[in-house]
Amino acid sequence: MLDALIQGILLGGYYAILAAGLSLMFGVVRFINLAHGDLAILGAYLVLFAVEVLGLSPWVAVAATLPIMALIGWLLQATWFARTVKGGFLLPLLTTFGLGAVLQNGMFGLFGSDTKSLGNHIGNLSWASWQLPFGISVGQLPVITFVVAVTVLGTLQLVLSFTRLGRAIRATASDPEAAELSGIDARAVHRAAAAIAVALAGLAGAFLAMRALINPYAGPAQLIFAFEAVVIGGIGSLWGTLIGGIVLGVAQSLGATVSAQGFQLAGHLVFLAVLGVRLYLAHSRNLGGWRSLLPALKPGRKPAARLQHATSEGRS
Amino acid sequence: MTHYNVERWTRSGRLTVGAALAGLVVLVLLPAFASGLVIDKLTTLFIYILLAVMWNLLAGYAGLVSVGQQAFFGVGGYLALRLVDAGLPPYLALIAGAAGAGIAAIPISTFALRLKGGEFAIAMWVIAEVLRILVMFDPLVQGETGTSLLALNAYDPELRRNLTYWLGLGGLALMLAGTFWLLRSHIGAAAQAIRDDEDAAASIGIDVMRIKQIIFVLAAFGCALAGTIWLASAITFLPRTNFGVQWTVFMLFMVLVGGLRTFEGPIIGALIFFLLQEVFGNLGVWYLAGLGVVAVGFALYLPAGLWGSWQQRSGLQLLSVNVVLRKSGQSTETP
Repeated sequence: MLDALIQGILLGGYYAILAAGLSLMFGVVRFINLAHGDLAILGAYLVLFAVEVLGLSPWVAVAATLPIMALIGWLLQATWFARTVKGGFLLPLLTTFGLGAVLQNGMFGLFGSDTKSLGNHIGNLSWASWQLPFGISVGQLPVITFVVAVTVLGTLQLVLSFTRLGRAIRATASDPEAAELSGIDARAVHRAAAAIAVALAGLAGAFLAMRALINPYAGPAQLIFAFEAVVIGGIGSLWGTLIGGIVLGVAQSLGATVSAQGFQLAGHLVFLAVLGVRLYLAHSRNLGGWRSLLPALKPGRKPAARLQHATSEGRS
Repeated sequence: MTHYNVERWTRSGRLTVGAALAGLVVLVLLPAFASGLVIDKLTTLFIYILLAVMWNLLAGYAGLVSVGQQAFFGVGGYLALRLVDAGLPPYLALIAGAAGAGIAAIPISTFALRLKGGEFAIAMWVIAEVLRILVMFDPLVQGETGTSLLALNAYDPELRRNLTYWLGLGGLALMLAGTFWLLRSHIGAAAQAIRDDEDAAASIGIDVMRIKQIIFVLAAFGCALAGTIWLASAITFLPRTNFGVQWTVFMLFMVLVGGLRTFEGPIIGALIFFLLQEVFGNLGVWYLAGLGVVAVGFALYLPAGLWGSWQQRSGLQLLSVNVVLRKSGQSTETP
């Protein structure tokens, strides 16, 4: 039980990396990228390619893949996503869902249907563990993943808070037109956000491939998990994705102790429950009365507040 | 003050309905002449058309982009299996299973329809996954292994093929007629108003939730019916296939290529998809990747789809769900 709890918390680190990019895109570009999970798997395959074909060491391969993924994100935003956002809320969903299908089947065509893993390229890291007091042991890889997640989120936080780019991103997220009036190129900011988001997806994919077996069709499940972490943690909140990831990870890992299918089921149910509570609170605030005294689930204020239901603002 | 005559039925509309009825009669009698292969292929085509029309009803007319319609496709088949197991005659169970999935859509709708845009899309996907996992817990389905509708083997193969064909044809004809009628009724107009601006629609007294619910449940029933007809023609029930997200990819392709927001577009799209499947289906994954590329290309560069663009260019509408206002020989469309 305690073991499952610790595993779940550490798993949350992976989800935080995966979800941070999705959340950033949603917060800044107001765009839900349904191919986010498939991009993560693409990143994993690029790392695998660099390791198996080019013979790079795994960590060098990850470092080499991230700029490529960032470039892919930049190009996607520049050539494609920017075009779809103008077309109302329907078009981004349709086209990124289509992109997902292209990526899945394209990867299947290029890399084959075999499940693959980075696990056998990272030495004993894939199974080694540290012994803690009270007979608890924690896997080294999950701990590293968690530390990387906190580092990534912390760095992102610093970038958003203290750099020119960060200020531009926050300004664009809260009001693109006002940001443009102050001399910010909102489109350039969107491209930067997409580059960061896709690079983060690639990083998450690399960690997934170290921990588990992947195949070209693993992306949609990862998208669902990422989205669940974003919603549980509060849309538009950076550290919320870590909390959401941890809640999701703990739910899944406790569910897995009940049955193999319980892993996914418990995560889905927590997600639906959070959505249900959020809807109920919004509903009861509308009705007034004693229920409006219940604390509101406010979305986080960083990187940008007022981002929930951003997609509903686009009209077709 | 100009006076307009409101026309519900245009000349081309009447002709099309007449042609469709004639076509229906031919199709009903077809098993007497055509080979088994043709009947099987046509049954598949009916399933595609039904799916495309249902997805267009949701996304095109009500603005509800769901990537979880496979939930109902799968649940319909599952309920049919359960009912057969409980002793219902197979073909009755197929219809009752679809109806059951439609009823199951009511509680789902009260939850899901309160979500917006992308949240609705992904929540529907999650709901489909939850239903798949729950169905896999049922010992009848045997988890990943799946099961078969063996009761259908009691029928003579040729009779079974024809019965499934007639079920598909009848289901499709009824759902097409029902959708056409619904879209021409005040519900269709209200749904399009909601799609275009929900707040504005609510402000003129449209019961937004109720309208969305009607469309959602009808689309769920249609997808479930497609799922049970699929079960009858494939016999096997594999949770990962029947609840597979590829069904939504297919629906997306057919609707985008044919024409979102037109009544005829999805039918054309389904025909194209069916032909592509026949010609390129054996190319495997590159064919599927190509479908994605084509769907995205249409969404970006020809958002009205083939039929929609042709309609805009020629001004012709075969089955208009709008009314035509006619003033001194001119005609103006209004939704």
